[in-house]
Amino acid sequence: MSIHIKKSVIFIFILSSFAAKAQQQSDDLLSLVDKEKPKKEYVKYAFKSTRVINGQSMEFLSPGTMDFRILHRFGQLDQGYKNFFGLDQASMRLGFDFGLYRNLMVGVGRSTYKKELDGYFKYAPVMQATNGGSPVTLAVVGGITMNTSPWADPTIDNYFSSRLAYYYQVIVGRKFSEGFSLQLTPTMVHTNLVQLSSQPNDVFALGLGGRLKLTRRMAITWDYYHLFNGIEKGVNYDPLGIGIDIETGGHVFQLHFSNSTGMNERAFITETTSSWSKGEIRFGFNLSRIFQIKHNKNRG
Amino acid sequence: MKKLFVFLASIMLVFKMQAQDKYFTKAGKISFDATTAKSPENIDGINKTSICVLDTKTGNLQFSVLMKGFEFERALMQEHFNENYVESNKFPKSEFKGAILNNASVNYSKEGTYPVKVKGSLTIHGVTKEVETDGKIIVKGGKLNAVADFSVALADYNISVPSLVADKLAKTAKIKVDCLLDPLK
Repeated sequence: MSIHIKKSVIFIFILSSFAAKAQQQSDDLLSLVDKEKPKKEYVKYAFKSTRVINGQSMEFLSPGTMDFRILHRFGQLDQGYKNFFGLDQASMRLGFDFGLYRNLMVGVGRSTYKKELDGYFKYAPVMQATNGGSPVTLAVVGGITMNTSPWADPTIDNYFSSRLAYYYQVIVGRKFSEGFSLQLTPTMVHTNLVQLSSQPNDVFALGLGGRLKLTRRMAITWDYYHLFNGIEKGVNYDPLGIGIDIETGGHVFQLHFSNSTGMNERAFITETTSSWSKGEIRFGFNLSRIFQIKHNKNRG
Repeated sequence: MKKLFVFLASIMLVFKMQAQDKYFTKAGKISFDATTAKSPENIDGINKTSICVLDTKTGNLQFSVLMKGFEFERALMQEHFNENYVESNKFPKSEFKGAILNNASVNYSKEGTYPVKVKGSLTIHGVTKEVETDGKIIVKGGKLNAVADFSVALADYNISVPSLVADKLAKTAKIKVDCLLDPLK
């Protein structure tokens, strides 16, 4: 037996496999050519904006776009009707951000608070990707702020360097699902000249930011920084913002409540002087409008 | 033993010949336009990585399009397309599976332009609908060019448009198909 039977068994096997293939071919032509494994693909749109609320998010601007940002922070809600719940006092920051590459962006801004200029870069050496890519996005941010208000005491020797502060940040973020993104942001702020001798020049903080999508165009966001040093009891507090991102046709509105006035990292991390527990909450909004300034090369 | 080999070889030959009846591309062009008179800018996207396979023997025709492959002039529009309208993460592919109804009237071995009627099921955004359209098969230089224009109503595929932008976005998107197919070996 054996050899002949074995052969015929093999033969039948080969035949049937051909038949199966032929059958498959007529049913699904696409499977003939679409055999490639799913490609590695960068995960996008973890946050609606490049900022969670105050702090940087793991999201980058698309290359060739400019983001014009108008930020407002109002007075404390507990001022009541006389100051229209804080809306009488507005502090603002105007900013321009530019997307250079998919993983590199830069921005500049100016805040009314302390007449401060700021500039930063954000770069991601590792970006979250599907199909065997990195599970998280890892980004670094470096920034500088410059206080341009008149010297408090012009009679003494004032140095230009006293106007400057720097901040350094690492962002570790992950878009867990369509609806949920979370990031951790260890941050260091170095201020060249602090107001009081009791204040440290270097402040270390850890940020926790997240987004929970409610609908396709609306999401809840939160942005909290815990300070490890530099907190003086009764003077300054950990900044916490809770907001809603609303997307209309061409704008992203980030409406929120927070206890901070500052709109750059130095200001909101080291100089948040209001407290949630005392009801010293402010309303604020970020308005983002994105302009395309470079042609999309992929269209040819 | 010899006989068996001859038999096997002839079977393989038959399959190989069959395979040559099929044409394909992985770089097919499919574009859409949903611009209206009130649109502030052109709303159009183009996909240059569409997969198309045509079996000239049976007339069976299939397309597969990765929704994230649509490129827009504005990055923000591309984001809105993927995130808010077609939900590309949830429904990554659009597919068409159908056939050329008048396949017999196309002479694939003779150069020329042949009008065709195509009918089949189109799946976009997780919704499958029967569609029928006119198109052309152009036979030239051993390649086939499959061309068609048709319209798709967004509402048919559960693609919702917020009322705020309802008049700035066409209710039906015009779709253009232009695929140059090579023989599948």
